[in-house]
Amino acid sequence: MDTYYNPEDLKKFGKISEFQPELGKKFFDYYGSVFQEGALTTREKSLIALAVSHTVQCPYCIDAYTEDAMEKGCDSEEMMEAVHVAAAIKSGAALVHSVQMMNKYKDLSM
Amino acid sequence: MKSLLKQGHSLAESDRQIQLLEQAGLTRFSDKMDTVGLFPLTTNSLDIFQINVGKMCNQVCEHCHVDAGPDRKEIMTRGTMQICLDAIDKTNCHTVDLTGGAPEMNPDFRWFVEQLSAKGKKVIVRCNLTIIVANKKYHDLPEFFKKHNIEIASSLPYFNSAKTDAQRGEGVFEKSIRALKMLNAVGYGMEGTGLILNLVYNPSGAFLPPDQDSLQNQFKRKLRQGFKIEFNNLFAITNLPISRYLSYLVASKNYDKYMEKLVNAFNPMAAASVMCRNTISVGWNGFLYDCDFNQMLELKVAAKGQHLNDFDLEALQSRHVILNEHCYGCTAGAGSSCGGTVA
Repeated sequence: MDTYYNPEDLKKFGKISEFQPELGKKFFDYYGSVFQEGALTTREKSLIALAVSHTVQCPYCIDAYTEDAMEKGCDSEEMMEAVHVAAAIKSGAALVHSVQMMNKYKDLSM
Repeated sequence: MKSLLKQGHSLAESDRQIQLLEQAGLTRFSDKMDTVGLFPLTTNSLDIFQINVGKMCNQVCEHCHVDAGPDRKEIMTRGTMQICLDAIDKTNCHTVDLTGGAPEMNPDFRWFVEQLSAKGKKVIVRCNLTIIVANKKYHDLPEFFKKHNIEIASSLPYFNSAKTDAQRGEGVFEKSIRALKMLNAVGYGMEGTGLILNLVYNPSGAFLPPDQDSLQNQFKRKLRQGFKIEFNNLFAITNLPISRYLSYLVASKNYDKYMEKLVNAFNPMAAASVMCRNTISVGWNGFLYDCDFNQMLELKVAAKGQHLNDFDLEALQSRHVILNEHCYGCTAGAGSSCGGTVA
């Protein structure tokens, strides 16, 4: 194994069923249903997936959903805004914990 | 920017393009068609004449399959146009689709349109929009189109300048918007006028087009809100891996992935409805092809009478379409034709 992340492995995603066919099938059925057009458009879902890909920092997902968002008609401006939404939640989640730090700080201080 | 031909680029040569396509190591397109019972690919009827009246253009688009530009001098003569008219008379075709280059730059363009219009055929002009504002002598094109009830099909890859100009050249978006307003002003794309203005979307890069209906809704909303522009339909067209787009794919190292994507997206429903089954493509010099892409690859029809001078309707209607690996572009996903998706 030369590297933990190999771009070629993205194409093998479907093969995760090899070691557990039943659960693998359930996962892909679920995955396929989630991305169908519904109350949200496939375009909106693609932007959400792109944003989440960044928060989970999955290079496979970023690769796949950058291309997918482009094929759903999104432009760079929309895609970057989606990533900023994810980044804002991620940094906000870190910062909101500072209330705990502040509380503790105040408890320990004169 | 110069055309590939002017640059002396190896991919200006059709033989080199075909060689590259055949070396890609893909499942042969003909074999793929065979698996779904579509090989040999037969024609259904001859409904549409698509006539390329010349390779001269005022734009040099990154993805152009014609390798058109101001430096291309190939142009259809009035004599060849007359032979086209004679050939059309021998058929029951209902549509004549004029393309280029910028077809309006052909000095006999207006004469040709008048003759076609007099025949009562539906005439489509593939207008690149910017030609309308390029020179004073073209400013009256909207009125001319209206007079002859011409259907307009115009490329606009996106509703902003960044994506449009990246594909079609600096300043093209702004000029296209001006031209669209001029077309709207005479009634094109406006409800109740019957004057049809369709837009054509090609991806600005190495990816497939979005769903045509969703994209059309998005374009309608954005062009109406941002620019007060109206149009009828949007055609989402896949870029075929030939000529300048092929050159882009190779230079950007996207070629293998793009071809793999096209092959994986093969759709038998789209394959059954490809445009070459009811269209004949005429080159600027009168030679006949199955489509505009085969024309650029210099793959003439496999039938008796490969030139308009020897036009043989019966032979053309019973011909087998010449296939090669670029054809995967027309069968990917929802399919692609000059009228948008097919499946």
